[in-house]
Amino acid sequence: MHTYSLLREIADSWVLLAMFAFFIGVAIWAFWPGMAADQRNAADIPFRNDTNTEEQGHE
Amino acid sequence: MGNFIKLILLGIVAIVAAIAVNWGRDLAYQVHAFLIMLIAAGMFIWVLRNTGEPAALAPDPISGYDDGVVRAGVIATAFWGVAGFLVGVFIAFQLAFPELNFEWGQPFTNFGRLRPLHTSAVIFAFGGNALIATSFYVVQRTSGVRLFGGKLSWFVFWGYQLFIVLAATGYLLGATQSKEYAEPEWYVDLWLTIVWVAYLLVFLGTIFTRKERHIYVANWFYLSFIVTVAMLHIVNNLSVPVSFWGSRSVQVFAGVQDAMTQWWYGHNAVGFFLTAGFLGMMYYFVPKQAGRPVYSYRLSIIHFWALIFLYIWAGPHHLHYTALPDWASTLGMVFSVILWMPSWGGMINGLMTLNGAWDKLRTDPIIRMFVISLAFYGMSTFEGPMMSIRAVNSLSHYTDWTIGHVHSGALGWNGMIVFACLYFLTPKLWGRDKMYSMSAINVHFWLATVGIVLYAASMWVTGIMEGLMWREVDDQGFLVNSFADTVSAKFPMYVVRGTGGLLYLSGALIMCWNMFMTIRGAKPYQQPVAEITTPVQGV
Repeated sequence: MHTYSLLREIADSWVLLAMFAFFIGVAIWAFWPGMAADQRNAADIPFRNDTNTEEQGHE
Repeated sequence: MGNFIKLILLGIVAIVAAIAVNWGRDLAYQVHAFLIMLIAAGMFIWVLRNTGEPAALAPDPISGYDDGVVRAGVIATAFWGVAGFLVGVFIAFQLAFPELNFEWGQPFTNFGRLRPLHTSAVIFAFGGNALIATSFYVVQRTSGVRLFGGKLSWFVFWGYQLFIVLAATGYLLGATQSKEYAEPEWYVDLWLTIVWVAYLLVFLGTIFTRKERHIYVANWFYLSFIVTVAMLHIVNNLSVPVSFWGSRSVQVFAGVQDAMTQWWYGHNAVGFFLTAGFLGMMYYFVPKQAGRPVYSYRLSIIHFWALIFLYIWAGPHHLHYTALPDWASTLGMVFSVILWMPSWGGMINGLMTLNGAWDKLRTDPIIRMFVISLAFYGMSTFEGPMMSIRAVNSLSHYTDWTIGHVHSGALGWNGMIVFACLYFLTPKLWGRDKMYSMSAINVHFWLATVGIVLYAASMWVTGIMEGLMWREVDDQGFLVNSFADTVSAKFPMYVVRGTGGLLYLSGALIMCWNMFMTIRGAKPYQQPVAEITTPVQGV
């Protein structure tokens, strides 16, 4: 089997399936009921840390 | 110790560049070698004089973050924006009035060499600087830490400016590998790769050392932009230099594979440079300016992954009716049409963030700019999928409709959101209350909007006219129009297009004046209120 045909075979079957599964997983994760509080918290991040209070003397 | 290695490297670079000036086989390469020699020698002296000085970068007195590089980025964005728009206006008028291809300026100032200068200046210099500056600003504030790597962020900034200068002068002097939006030759590509890896290091390092538990969604978009652009840049620029002492190179891919790689790159430059990165801006600055969190964080997650999974396949729609296999062009078309959904998901998420604060649209010209940019994002991401459908493409391809579509996205979405971000950032970075003149922002808003409308409308008219004229046949089946017929028919629309560009440029100039006055700390003029004097009684 040519490299092209072999890669094409894999891409059309398992890789396609894996990518779909990943995407559906992300969608389920986003809508998971327990995630709501975390998401509210994350959405508020821009309104914190407007100034950096931590003492840092890095290079 | 680090300084000694730097000195040795800079010395070697300066000497090799000096040899290259002498041995260089073409003008562009020699000019570039001369530039690099000067910069390396200057850097050598600078590093030498600062050896033994403390190397630490002090935090910004206003914010406590590393904002110096962001300030430089804001100024560079405004500068390159005006430069890119100016070249754009000039080449628009060159198309209307070919006499503007001055005889004395040949071959350096003809349309063919100025056109890539315009596209690269606006996309990579204006857009790229805006992306780097805002990403550095956003990643520090959403992570709660200073930039990782200290002075590495300054290397990214200056390294990127050098890339721009090398690319721009290269086009004028005739060094191009003739790949649209990837014209720079091999050594400029290598330099950009080094700068880009440093950029990724700074960005990822900052995220890794963050204090917030979550990685805010804007950083996801910025990160996807940095990683994908690195991948696209490397694959599309795989080439073998003809000689180390010359700028010519030979592409590794050939024929239809090369065309497909080019448009896989080209469309994802739109998808990840001009969309994902700019959505990163949208997800931070729109909530900030509106004073409300993003409408739906859930939607932002779905939107992100859908956009990432779909965009990468859309490239083949640039190659309908070519040697590209039908299945590939159908694949590109289908994915482009599906892409409409995540695009509008992002637009809706941005617009709905204003839910409950719509009154700000009347009072805050910066919010108005964000809203118009999202509106143009919505329009061009509807127009794009439509144009990718093969039947529509058979009319629109190779016509000015494509140019109109690109500019409604670039001027409307990218330009407007960058202007809004600059108006947001300038007072904050220089410790002012607000921009010097709010009414000048309003004037800029209207100049830019009317400019885009003139541009897009004239290009729709001329594009569709051109497409119809090209396919018109008489009852014998012969083509009715010659190519030159379409060119002369397009003249009035070309003038309207140039005028639209002129309006857009004047808006940007007003913005620069406004930024300058804000940075200088000028106090706005207050209309004196007439004093009320009591009339003298008893006269």
